[in-house]
Amino acid sequence: MTAQEKNIVLRGEGLKQHYEVSQGFLKPKGIVKAVDGVSFEVAAGKTLAVVGESGCGKSTLARQLTMIETPTAGSIEFNGKNLLALTGDAKKEARQRIQIIFQNPYGSLNPRKKVGHILEEPLVINSEMTPPDRKERALYLLEKVGLKAEHYDRYPHMFSGGQRQRIAIARGLMMNPKVVVADEPVSALDVSVQAQVLNLMMDIQKEFGLAYIFISHDLSVVEHIADEVLVMYLGRVVEQGPTEQIFKNPKHPYTRALLSSTPRIKPEQRIEKIRLPGELPSPMNPPLGCAFHGRCKYANDQCRHITPELIAKEDGSKIRCFAYEEGRLDY
Amino acid sequence: MTQSNITVQGPRTPLNEFWFYFKQNRGAVIGLAYVSFIVLLAVLADVLAPHSPTDQFREFILTPPAFSEGGSSQFLLGTDGVGRDILSRLMHGARLSLLIGLFIVSISLIMGISLGLFAGYFGGFLDTAIMRISDILQSLPALLLAIGIVAVLGPSIVNAGLALSLVYLPHYIRLTRASVLAEKNRDYVISSRVAGARSMRLMFITILPNCLAPLIVQATLGFSNAILDMAALGFLGLGAQPPLPEWGTMLATAKEFIQSAWWVVTFPGLMILTTVLAFNLMGDGLRDALDPKLKQ
Repeated sequence: MTAQEKNIVLRGEGLKQHYEVSQGFLKPKGIVKAVDGVSFEVAAGKTLAVVGESGCGKSTLARQLTMIETPTAGSIEFNGKNLLALTGDAKKEARQRIQIIFQNPYGSLNPRKKVGHILEEPLVINSEMTPPDRKERALYLLEKVGLKAEHYDRYPHMFSGGQRQRIAIARGLMMNPKVVVADEPVSALDVSVQAQVLNLMMDIQKEFGLAYIFISHDLSVVEHIADEVLVMYLGRVVEQGPTEQIFKNPKHPYTRALLSSTPRIKPEQRIEKIRLPGELPSPMNPPLGCAFHGRCKYANDQCRHITPELIAKEDGSKIRCFAYEEGRLDY
Repeated sequence: MTQSNITVQGPRTPLNEFWFYFKQNRGAVIGLAYVSFIVLLAVLADVLAPHSPTDQFREFILTPPAFSEGGSSQFLLGTDGVGRDILSRLMHGARLSLLIGLFIVSISLIMGISLGLFAGYFGGFLDTAIMRISDILQSLPALLLAIGIVAVLGPSIVNAGLALSLVYLPHYIRLTRASVLAEKNRDYVISSRVAGARSMRLMFITILPNCLAPLIVQATLGFSNAILDMAALGFLGLGAQPPLPEWGTMLATAKEFIQSAWWVVTFPGLMILTTVLAFNLMGDGLRDALDPKLKQ
């Protein structure tokens, strides 16, 4: 199938984000590879989840996609156009179609502005709409996210976390986006509220045909919402595939360890708890070979010296692991 | 189900809302009342004052206040060393002192906020340049710097005002810059940027309102400082020139009577003290009322 048939709206190709870090006076500058060659594509109405532990580059990826940061290398294609090459009005237009929802709803709403102002700001900046039209649109979206018209004149501090995240979602929808990047949108919320917000996001996705890039470390949430999963480790994708594949049959030892840490209700779904020794290595000084080898019990000499490639399998998944290729895994 | 009697309140207008929170702070209301009183005195000085502030009644030199022994009801707060009515001079002095405070605070506030915003928001070379210059300004004793500037520009009340504005500038720059640095990487700023907002909008509409609380307090404190420092310059002959009835100049010229005629020093001193106190109380209340995080 071509990209058009699959209705791909956003495609990243070999995205990299390297930062120079000063290591002290007169010492050479270090390079942090926050994101190191990530590729993906997401279709309209679908959700791509990006998972991994803290510091693996998930949020940096989100910042690249929303043009907050410019990638060091790689390309982002939005509706077939290269985002990074756009200038002027075309860039402004594209920017409106890719919106972001932040993790912390207590920080993402301007505490000095009323909800109405917060919602209408994108319209004020980007459109010629009259104030009554803007208000109408704001009220329409407030209703869509389950809030009332009377909330229009209130300040963010008058709302609970879940309500604030609803406001943030409404704001993201103001400009009719095609892609919404959600950076851990529910991890700051209570579990009961998480479910409400997730369901709201799924309803809205269906109604407006949005593509979601859903960044999370919570796999039970991901299983609920995602169509495809991207597992990242130290700035690289280690496993990628349809949600069902990943959850039923995790191939990479790291994915397996992640899944084993997710609480399961049904005993048959439980994986024996795998404890990963050590911590995520520093991205400034990544280990030679496979980045995961220091914490992997299947690692051999090859893993310690040569970096494995991301290899596509016939079931639609991709995996970056020598032990899997060589059949050394015992599960 | 029991019927509950909850009165539904419509959303308050911003002014209503401001007043609602402001009046919860009693000190602030008293401060505001006193400041309003002084403002009224200043505006109506021509009508209210019993005498001209510069008329010298030679036969009534150093008359005590009306309520003490030897006082005369003609001069309610007594007269000074050359026979001028102190009450009238205080009323006209209020006008002068408030204008000076307003002038100095507005100039340093506007310039300080702009420079601080640019320094904090853009960072880099601009930041370094602005901050080093403000370091230099701050490393000199405030009054000495003011004296130096006035000496160059020539002694007058306007030049002294300009000099003091420059002296206070670094406070506002630093305060603004610090708040901007704290705010500019918050998520709400980034989300405005993703929505397409440009630097000017981000600086003045998104970030600035969140930095105002400490600036308002600093500005009210600055108001009283301005009055005090202007008095000091007046004392040195570099500020308000006699016979202008400026409070600080009045204090300075009365120093020889501290032991013999208490009222000549006491009343201008009291005026400065109470006015400064009222401004500080009001500033505190303003900060609380303007900060939505403190509202219920």
